[in-house]
This record gives sequence, C-alpha cells and structure tokens, in this order.
Amino acid sequence: MSNGLETLRDRLLQAIAGAADLSALDQVRVEAIGKKGELTQQMKMLGSMEADARRAAGQLLNVIKTDVETAIAERQGALAGAARSAKLAAERIDVTLPAAPEGEGHIHPISQTIEEITQIFAEMGFTVAEGPEIETDFNNFTALNIPPEHPARQMHDTFYLPPAADGTARVLRTHTSPVQVRTMLNSKPPIRIIAPGRTYRSDYDMTHTPMFHQVEGLVIDETTHMGHLRGCLTEFLRAFFQIDDLPLRFRPSFFPFTEPSAEVDIGCSRKGGQLKLGNYGDWLEILGCGMVHPKVLEMCGIDSTRYQGFAFGMGIERIAMLKYGIPDLRTFFDADLRWLRHYGFSFLDQPSLGLGLTR
Amino acid sequence: MKFTLNWLKDHLDTSASLDEIALTLTRIGLEVIGIENPAEALTPFVIGEIITAEKHPNADKLQVCQVKIGKDQLVEVVCGAPNARPGLKTAFAAPGSVIPASGEVLKIGAIRGVTSNGMLCSTRELKLGEDHEGIMELPADAIPGAPIGPLLGLDDPVIEINLTPNRADCAGVRGVARDLAAAGLGALKPLSFEPVSPAFGGSLKVVIEDQTACPLFLGRTVRGVKNGPSPKWLADRLTAIGLNPRSALVDVTNYFTFDRCRPLHVFDAAKVHGDTLTVRSARTGEVLEALNGKSYTLEAGMTVIADSEGVDSLGGIMGGMASGCTAETSDIYIECALFDPRRTAETGRALQISSDARYRFERGLDPQAVFEGMAAATRMILELCGGEASEIVVAGAVPEWKRTIAFRPSRVASLGGVGVPPERQRAILTALGCGVAIEGASFAVNPPSWRADIEGEADLVEEVLRIEGYDRIPETPLPRLRAIARPAVDAAQRRVPWAKRLLASRGLNEAVTWSFIDGKIAKLFGTTDSMTLLNPISADLSTMRPTILANLIQAATRNAARGYVDAALFEVGPIFNGSGPEGAGQSTVATGIRTGFAKGRHWTGKAKPVDPFDAKSDALALLSSLGVDPAKLTVDANPPSWFHPGQAGLLKLGPIALGTFGTIHPDILDAIGLDGACVGFTVDLGAVPMPRRKGTARPALSLSQFQPITRDFAFVVAETVPAEKLIRAVKGADKAIIVDARLFDLYTGPGVEAGMKSLAIEVTLQPAERTFTDADIEAVAARIVAAAAKDTGATLRG
Repeated sequence: MSNGLETLRDRLLQAIAGAADLSALDQVRVEAIGKKGELTQQMKMLGSMEADARRAAGQLLNVIKTDVETAIAERQGALAGAARSAKLAAERIDVTLPAAPEGEGHIHPISQTIEEITQIFAEMGFTVAEGPEIETDFNNFTALNIPPEHPARQMHDTFYLPPAADGTARVLRTHTSPVQVRTMLNSKPPIRIIAPGRTYRSDYDMTHTPMFHQVEGLVIDETTHMGHLRGCLTEFLRAFFQIDDLPLRFRPSFFPFTEPSAEVDIGCSRKGGQLKLGNYGDWLEILGCGMVHPKVLEMCGIDSTRYQGFAFGMGIERIAMLKYGIPDLRTFFDADLRWLRHYGFSFLDQPSLGLGLTR
Repeated sequence: MKFTLNWLKDHLDTSASLDEIALTLTRIGLEVIGIENPAEALTPFVIGEIITAEKHPNADKLQVCQVKIGKDQLVEVVCGAPNARPGLKTAFAAPGSVIPASGEVLKIGAIRGVTSNGMLCSTRELKLGEDHEGIMELPADAIPGAPIGPLLGLDDPVIEINLTPNRADCAGVRGVARDLAAAGLGALKPLSFEPVSPAFGGSLKVVIEDQTACPLFLGRTVRGVKNGPSPKWLADRLTAIGLNPRSALVDVTNYFTFDRCRPLHVFDAAKVHGDTLTVRSARTGEVLEALNGKSYTLEAGMTVIADSEGVDSLGGIMGGMASGCTAETSDIYIECALFDPRRTAETGRALQISSDARYRFERGLDPQAVFEGMAAATRMILELCGGEASEIVVAGAVPEWKRTIAFRPSRVASLGGVGVPPERQRAILTALGCGVAIEGASFAVNPPSWRADIEGEADLVEEVLRIEGYDRIPETPLPRLRAIARPAVDAAQRRVPWAKRLLASRGLNEAVTWSFIDGKIAKLFGTTDSMTLLNPISADLSTMRPTILANLIQAATRNAARGYVDAALFEVGPIFNGSGPEGAGQSTVATGIRTGFAKGRHWTGKAKPVDPFDAKSDALALLSSLGVDPAKLTVDANPPSWFHPGQAGLLKLGPIALGTFGTIHPDILDAIGLDGACVGFTVDLGAVPMPRRKGTARPALSLSQFQPITRDFAFVVAETVPAEKLIRAVKGADKAIIVDARLFDLYTGPGVEAGMKSLAIEVTLQPAERTFTDADIEAVAARIVAAAAKDTGATLRG
C-alpha cells in the first residue's frame, strides 16, 4: 500500500515539475487533488479500511497531499514569474527615442527686473504706485517745476498727442515722475512709493529707444534727508547687483524737481574694454536723484515748511543690461525668440529676498 | 562747455594739477566729460636739427640729411622737401610713430637705396595746418630732441564739462574759476573794470519797444578799425575749443562769450541804415539772412534789432549777414545787451538755431556785468584792430536782481543730512559771491547777480553741500516703518506678474513691444484719430496701440523671417482706446498669440497646427488663475472684426467681456505680412472682477463618503446648437447631484442625419447620503435627457 502511494507521490511531483505552463499545471492539480483527483480518490477509499491501516494510510496521504500542494504553489509562482518576464521582454521599446518636446516659456528681463526692484523696495517699506502713460502737460512738466520756457524741457524730447476734449495738452510721459505728482496730490505724507513703468522720448539710436522703462522713487515725511537718500540707494544698488561692497558716488547735478540734486555713479572697471561692476576705481553713471523741490511739494498741495523728502529715477533697461550683461538696448523690444530664450527667465524664477533674488 | 587749462588759469591762481582740477570740477557739479591734450598726439615727434644735407646719390629731388635728435644723437634721414637745409630745426618722426594725417605707422625703409631712419614732417602731416610745401620750420632756439608740442604752445589740455541748465554763470571760464576757488583750489584773480574813455560822442540812437524782451541795451561805435586775422593766442584759444577763428572782430565776440559768458554782437556800422536801432518784436514774414548762411522767416514775438530798412539781427541768437563785419570793415557798432531768456529759447527752438549766444541768453546772463562786458570788449577791439570808440548809448536799465533769502544753517543738517559749522557755511557762500549777514541763528543771504538760479533755502543748502562735498554726507539707513515689511503691491497689481508667470508656464515667451504702432495697422483694430501722435518718430510708430495683437503678429513675422515660424508670444501691457475723461482709455491687457504648429512633426504623431482652442485654453487658464470660475464663463461667438468671424469668440462673465480668443482674420495677417496659421487671445486684466473672499480661510471642505459614478449620454442635436448650451442644460438638470459634465465626442457623418451632430457627454454623479439605486440613476438620467431636449432639442442617439 505505502509503496503504491510513494509511487503516486513521485509521479505527481514529477508531473508538477514537468508542467510547462499554468494551464498544464492546473490540469495536473485537477488530476491530483481535484474532486475526482487521484489523491482525492485515495482519501475517499480510507473509509473502507481497517482502523489501524486507515490511520497509517491517512497520515501518509496527508503528508503527500501537503507535498503536492506545496509543489503546485511553488511551480505556479515560478511559471507566473516566467510568464511575466516573457511578457515584459515582449514589451521592450527603444527608450532612447526622443520624448515629445514641450514649448518652454520665458519672462522678459524687464518684467524680471521690475519684480526684483519691487522686492527690494518692499523690504524698505515702499509700495508700488502707478499712473497713466498719456499724461497732462501739467503733471509731466509744470507740477515738476518745469515751466514751458524752461531749458530743461529741451532735455526731454517729448511726444505730443492732440489735446483732450477739454483742451488739456497731452503728452506721452517723458519720465515716471508724474506718478510722484499724482501720489502727492492724492495722498498725505508719510509717503514711500516706487513707480516703475513705461516712458517715452523721441529719440532712437544706438543707446536710445523711443520707449523705455524707468522706476521712480519718492519718500515724503518730516525728517527724511539726503543721508537717507544715500542710505536707501546704497542698500538698493548693493542688493540689486548683489555686490556687497559696491561703492557709490554722489555728484551735484541739476533737475528742476529736486534741490539739492545729485547724480549717482557706481564703481566699475573698464579694463580691457570689459565693463565690470565693483570697487575697482572707475565710475559709471546710474541714476539721478535729489531732495524734492519745495516748489514741487507746494504745487502738489504739500506744506513744504513741514514736509520734505527725496525722489530718484533710474532706467530699468540700463540696470538690467548691467546686471545681466545684455549688450544692446534696442534688442529689448524686438521680441526675437532667440533673444527671449537666452536672456529671459523661467516662470519659476520669482525674485524673492528670502529665497535669493536671482538664481 | 569747453575751455583749456591755461585759459582757466587766466582767472584762477592755482598750483593744482590737472587731475585735481578735474576731480574737483566733477565733485562740485561741473562734471568733466572729457580731457584732451593735443600735445599727446604729438608726443612721438621731437625737434630735429639738420646738420648736413647732401644730394641723394640716386635721385635728383631727394637729399640725405644727418639730423640731430638729441645731445649726441644723429640719424640719417632721406628727405624730399625743398626747404631741407643745414641748420634748419624741424619736426622729426622716429620709426614706429603714427603720422597723424595718415594714421599710418612709420617704418624704416630704403629710399632709392639709402636707408631712411625716420621722417621730417610738414605741418599738414602733423595735422597742425594745411602747409605741405615743405617741412616745418621751427624757431632757431628750439632744442633738438625736445618734444614739439610744448614748443608750439599745444601743451594746453582742453577740458569739457557737462553744464547743467541752471548754471549760466559757468558757461564762462570765469564762472568755472570762481567755483573752483570756492572749492579751495586756488584764488580767483581780480578783474579790473576800467571803462574806455570815449573819443567822441554820438552813436546810433536805440529804442527798446518792449523792455520785458530786452531790459538793457548798450551800443557804441568804434571808428577806423582794421579787421584782420586774430593774433595767434586768440586764434589758438578758439581753435582749441573747436571754434574756427574768422577775423579779429568776430573772434573777440566769441572770446568774451566763452571767457565771461558775455555774448556781444558787432555790426559793420556802414551797413546799418538810418540813425536809429530799434529793438522790437519781429513782424510776421520778415526775413533775416543770418550769419550762418541760412535764411529765416520770422514771426511776431521774436526779438529783433532793426534799422530803418529792416531786421539786422535776432536778439540774443544770431546776427545778420547784411550787417556783418568783413575784412573791409572800418567802422563798427558794438552791441552788448540783455535779452529775455524765455523768448530767446522759444525763438531759438522755433527757428532751430543753436548758437553759443542763444545757449547763454536762454540760461540768463549776469545783468550786472553788461557795462563790464562792453568795456572789456571795446578795449580788446581797440588793442587788436585800432580805432577810436564813441561814448556808450544806453537804452533801458539794469533789471532788479538783488534779493535776500532767509537761510537757516541748520537746514544743511536737517535737509542735507550732514552737519557743517555755520562759519564754514558762511565762508562757502561768501566765496561763491553771496552777501551773508548773520541774523541770530539765521543768515540773510544775498545771492550774486550771476546766480539767478539761487532762489531759496534749498538752493543754498545745495551750494554749501556741493562745495563741502556730497561724499561727506553719511549713509543713513531709512528708518523701518515696521519690523516686518508689508506687501508693496495690492491685489490688482499682483495680478500682472501672476499673469505673466502663468502664461510663461504654458510655454509662451514674454515680449515687450512698443506702445505705438503703424497708424494704418491701428485703424484695422479700430483706433481713433485722437490716439495719433502729433510728432511720431516714424510712420510705423505713429499711433498709440489699440491692441497688443498687432505688435505680437509683427513680432512673429520678424521671427518667421529669421526662420522661426512657430512662435508662442505674449505681452502684458497697456493699450489705449482714447476713451475716458482724459481721453487715453488706457487699460492693461494680457495678450498672446501662437503661430505655425502647436506640435511639430514627431515620431509619436502628426504635426498639429495651432487652432483656436489653443488660444481658448490659454485664455481660460489665465482667467482661472485670476480667480474666475471657468464654468461661469460663456462664449459669445461674435468676435471683433480682427478675428476669423467663424473661429473666434468673446469670453463673457454675465454681460462683461473679459477677453477674446480665436483665429486671427486672414486680412490682418495679410496686412502685416504673416504667412501660416495664427491664433490669439486677449484678457482685459482690469475687467476681471476681484474675488470677493475675505480673510485667508478657505470655505469648509465637504467630502462625500460615497463614490461618484459616471454615465455617458450621446445626444443628437442640430449642428447650429452651441455645445456649450447642451453642456449647460445637462449640468443644470440636477445641480445637487451632477458635479461634472464633459463633452468627449463630437461626430457628424454616417449614422447621424445631415444637419445634425452627435455630442457625447460623460456625466459625473455624486451621491450625497447613500449610494445610488438603479432607480435613482434612472431618474437623474431622465431629468438630464429632458433638460437637454427642452433647452436644445437634443435627443438621445438611438
């Protein structure tokens, strides 16, 4: 009896091992331990046996059944693994094929620079003010202490529009300074604003474009003096250019809307025809500034015996060119895709003082 | 404003070096923009003495010279000049020198077999004159080997300063010297004012018709002058600063223009008609042949000096040809006057005449120095040209210029930010010519006659600061308003950078283009005449843009011409429609275009040209990022005329149009010159409502614990029915349960009746309190079908 069972076990284990695939294995399983399987049949026959023989045969059969089941499970695992491997092998592709290209967008250096400027001045408590680009002659000139006959008007090559319906003379603003005027007319000190925006002058050559951008700054309160102007601009320029020891030089100058007035130079080197910013002994003019002229304050409804403050204005293209090494002003407005990709910024490069201004 | 160092030293007694002077000028606000020493170009050229000159063995017209160019230094030079002779001192150029006239480097060379170790130069070769008849003939006492520059008096650096419009006084060398003296760089030399005693009485009568145009006019006749070339010193001065010497009489007036900022005019007295000069307003249509050779037609309001026959000169700007001095002139009339700065500027601008006189008159001359100017000029004319002067005829009077400014020295610290002792302040102001009287803690300051620009306390603060030095002002941090700064922009301003970054994240490149475009193009986009510049820089930049689309299409056209056909560009910037009380109608819009192919050829699939849905997608993404619920937007398929009438629309929130999108009209592309597909969108940032949420907290999130289910519905509907209408009807069938309805198929063709289309929609249903039963789902489906049928006539596809 036991020999027969041993033989059966060997045969079944052999069949399991020899099953070529999952269906063949299932066939073996059915034939072994299915309802009518050989081992099942043997189990059924136990009932007709003597008690002792039944015990012995039963124990043996249980062992064989466990062995067979284990073998089937193992074989099943092996076959499934092989089948998965074969399927994966069949699914192989050439992963060196190029992925579909995605258009990459860019932020223009002007926008990036304006955001950088805003970040730095925000830190110093400034807010951003805006004004229209088609301005009245009053806001652009007269309120800024530039009467019609003033020689300073010739410093501005002004674009004119036909007068408004009410006869008001209209110009394209030649600087962002009219935003100062609007701010002072519409709010009370203390005032701390910057006004970045488009400005226009009728000039077009290597270093001038008929449209360009400026940022204006204005601080009005009871105590701000020229030392604060120096401090504020020094902080700004060092933070913006990311040069901690960038030297500044203030030179007396003239603007009708400030008194005293200054032009500001920053340190540079021009050795070998290469412009490099830093403490190298040479100077580069960067912006104009001064203490707001008492006449401007009065023209804008602010008591000049009580309030004072400073104003500055600088060219955004100019500082962007210096910071990012852009050689030609005129290329800013050409929308050349090659230029935009080269000098533009990722949308992720959001300037921030906490996370770093420039990547 | 240009002058030479020696000219400056006529007025300034100083031992300062050129570098110190230049640095100081810039430091006190007279910015030095150039220093040029003409002697520097001549450094390689030294004095050479011809010791022997023998005939060249192989050439008749050449000589071989032994030239002494140093104590014991002799060189052999071949020379063809007829005046080369022993004993002559001339200019010698060593090999390696750059010859100024030709710019070429001199090499050692053999001339007809004889080596020449340099060159003897003519005046023309050194660019010192026109003479090329022979080599230069230098004075006999010149020392061989010494540089020729100093010998020729050329070692006088020319300094150019950038004069700000307020500093009329420094349009004269004397004013510059005065500022330098005040800055401690030497002493201002005294000027003696000695009137010329008249040799005879009587000159032309002068009538000033309007004393506001010409407050003061001095005139005198000088008889028996002899006009000719100026002496060398005078001619050299003028040449050095870029003026052409003409004749002594003219040069004297130019000299005082620059020396004292005192322009004068000299008439040929014989050419003045009648016995009276009238200073009056021009009569419209009067013509002046001016000294620059041009003819000007004058207008009323321009100040002229006229005789009985007509206009002789334009006051303060330029004299007339007819009454100009010539070599034959023997009697002259000198005019020294004050003209109104404003009228001078306006006339100069209107006639487009830039002259050294206008430059000074429009800035305002020293009213007190008119008599001095007349005396000094007369004296120099008598010295150079001889003759005898009449008495001076005076019309008008010196205008009132004296004023007193109350000045608190404490303002230098409170406005200027740096403490300067009052005594030092007083010294500075005094050195600048101010009268200073101490009145308690204040000064009573009388600015000098030449400083009309000093009007108030702030001006005096600047005077003290600039002489003291701006570099003495300490950097003071701006006091912080709060420990932590607040945002610099408000919610509306913040949208601009957001919009830019959103669009860039979608693959669009930001452009910044002109705010003005070609008027013809602007017309296609509905501009008004009020938006056309009166003085555009060119026809293609003539009109304030009513749209950014045109700029971007132009930009794409330029890129296509460079070979980059597939462009994705956007700009966020101003447009102008001419509306509103100030007639600007400026608004900020985000605008983008895509041209060519959205997807290029690729092994994964076919190339896909841009289509209007690319633009729609851009616009919706932007609006969504600005807080607009895209589900609330409707599309109005009546786009502006610059879009394809059947492939574009307006994006509306209720009645308000927030933007446009679609295919650009081919007429527009033709007008601009762009080939290929082009779609675009605009979003008016100002029209997009601000979200009304208050505070930072989000509304509570309610999540269903039951899984949503989806059901598909295929409807057949008339082709004219907008898909949006059907989707809206489906969504509206049960707003509590239907959370989404997506159109996933559009079909026309076999199986669908002509004129109809099949639209398949996947509807997402969200159970609220329990999972749906079949009956629940059937009920909702029935409502969906009924709503679709009611609103659009749709039927379920069989």
